[in-house]
Amino acid sequence: MHRIDCPWCGVRDEIEFAYRGDATVKRPEAGAGVDAFYAYVYERGNPRGWHIEWWHHAAGCRQWIKVLRHTLTHEIRATAKAGDTVTAPKP
Amino acid sequence: MSRYSAFQLFVNAFTGHRSWPRAWRDPAPKPAYDVVIVGGGGHGLAAAYYLAKEHGITNVAVVEKGPIGLGNTGRNTTIVRSNYMFPQNHHFYEWSLKLWEGLEQDLNFNAMVSQRGVLGLFHSDAQRQVFARRGNSMRLSGIDAELLDRDQVRAFVPLVDLDNGRFPVMGGLLQRRGGTARHDAVAWGFARAADRRGVDIIQHCEVTGIRVAGNRVQGVETTRGFIGAKKIGLAVAGNTSRLAQMAGISLPIESHVLQAFVSESLKPMIDCVVTFGAGHFYISQSDKGGLVFGGNIDGYNSYAQRGNLPTVEHVWSAGVTMIPALSRVRVLRQWGGVMDMTMDGSPIICRTPVENLYIDGGWCYGGFKATPAAGWCHAHTIARDAPHEFNRHFTIDRFREGLMIDERGAGPSPWLQ
Repeated sequence: MHRIDCPWCGVRDEIEFAYRGDATVKRPEAGAGVDAFYAYVYERGNPRGWHIEWWHHAAGCRQWIKVLRHTLTHEIRATAKAGDTVTAPKP
Repeated sequence: MSRYSAFQLFVNAFTGHRSWPRAWRDPAPKPAYDVVIVGGGGHGLAAAYYLAKEHGITNVAVVEKGPIGLGNTGRNTTIVRSNYMFPQNHHFYEWSLKLWEGLEQDLNFNAMVSQRGVLGLFHSDAQRQVFARRGNSMRLSGIDAELLDRDQVRAFVPLVDLDNGRFPVMGGLLQRRGGTARHDAVAWGFARAADRRGVDIIQHCEVTGIRVAGNRVQGVETTRGFIGAKKIGLAVAGNTSRLAQMAGISLPIESHVLQAFVSESLKPMIDCVVTFGAGHFYISQSDKGGLVFGGNIDGYNSYAQRGNLPTVEHVWSAGVTMIPALSRVRVLRQWGGVMDMTMDGSPIICRTPVENLYIDGGWCYGGFKATPAAGWCHAHTIARDAPHEFNRHFTIDRFREGLMIDERGAGPSPWLQ
């Protein structure tokens, strides 16, 4: 069980959350072209290691939060509000 | 190396089965090969076998980081079927099922292929329409499908609770030619058959890099040194992103963990594969008597070959809803495998932007049933440097071109596929 420290609600079980994927992808500018939008919609870094990701506290405060989680150990090292910056440790 | 037969079994009984020859060699890697297949699971071993058998390419190595068959090949629920909706999938999976049907004679290995029928239950009028449409779509492509009503479901699999209060069963879509196979034996059978045709199976040899010069592959860096290769095929589902990144290729894939379970051994109680339509749950019974079952992926990026308890509870509750008799069954083992989840739920078997590098991956959780055809198509694509008709839709470019094969209609959300 992941225990996720929601910045708004405190530590809660993962069952309250919905996973929403990689939080490092950035929507390109409108005129950025097909390649940029293809990369935005489809391509993912998919690291085996630290991953910055969105979780939606669907059964709680309903905020989207950022979580720094390790994809091999499932360790959660940091959580943050959606607008905050989270940086992954060097592998 | 001797051919397995009833006579051999008889003869070896006299020596207490202690004098069987080893099933495949344990060679040291040669400096270079015509083709190096990365990944010694069912898919990689099948690719090597069909390269040798169908295309006469025998200077082939399969490199595997551990022992063969211990990745997803040994971590699935062993179901084989071809009950897909879209024609792009029909021809491929039906070819796979046909290969399954002749596999044991072809490989001279008992893979325990059992065409016991795969039944998917539906629970509402809308779901009946969807299932009927899928069945009709299959029949138009010459694949067997039967729509069962309630009474037929009751007769086919009596333990299902047809009248459960929340999700009453209205019927099911049955593919009688579907069933199960012994997953380990599939890896062993392909390994032995490939080895007999001259393929080197190199275990405990992890690929740490792919050497590319002038946009053309040169070989693989491994924990046992550099191995040169004119062509390289990746069959490393779960880790396809990481291997492709070694060659500078970014893929539309996320890795997710999928759990599976096996119960204590029981007397025969389920003689088919049955799947619950109101949740995600599928179950069959192995020849040892254990119930083998699974559900959906955990739903977050993961390379851990183990899952979490919320999914365990979800899977079991779906199972008990479908078959209340399961409530007192004890589960012996539970494990996880790492799935390549693509952005449309369909696989990738194709050439790549790097010359002479080929990918067989993106299997989501449908890789086991695809094993023979995936190896067959991968081998064809490597040997001819062009896809076969059966896999020409399974490209990386389909995402850019808007030609997704999205059976579930879930859009680019890998954790929903």
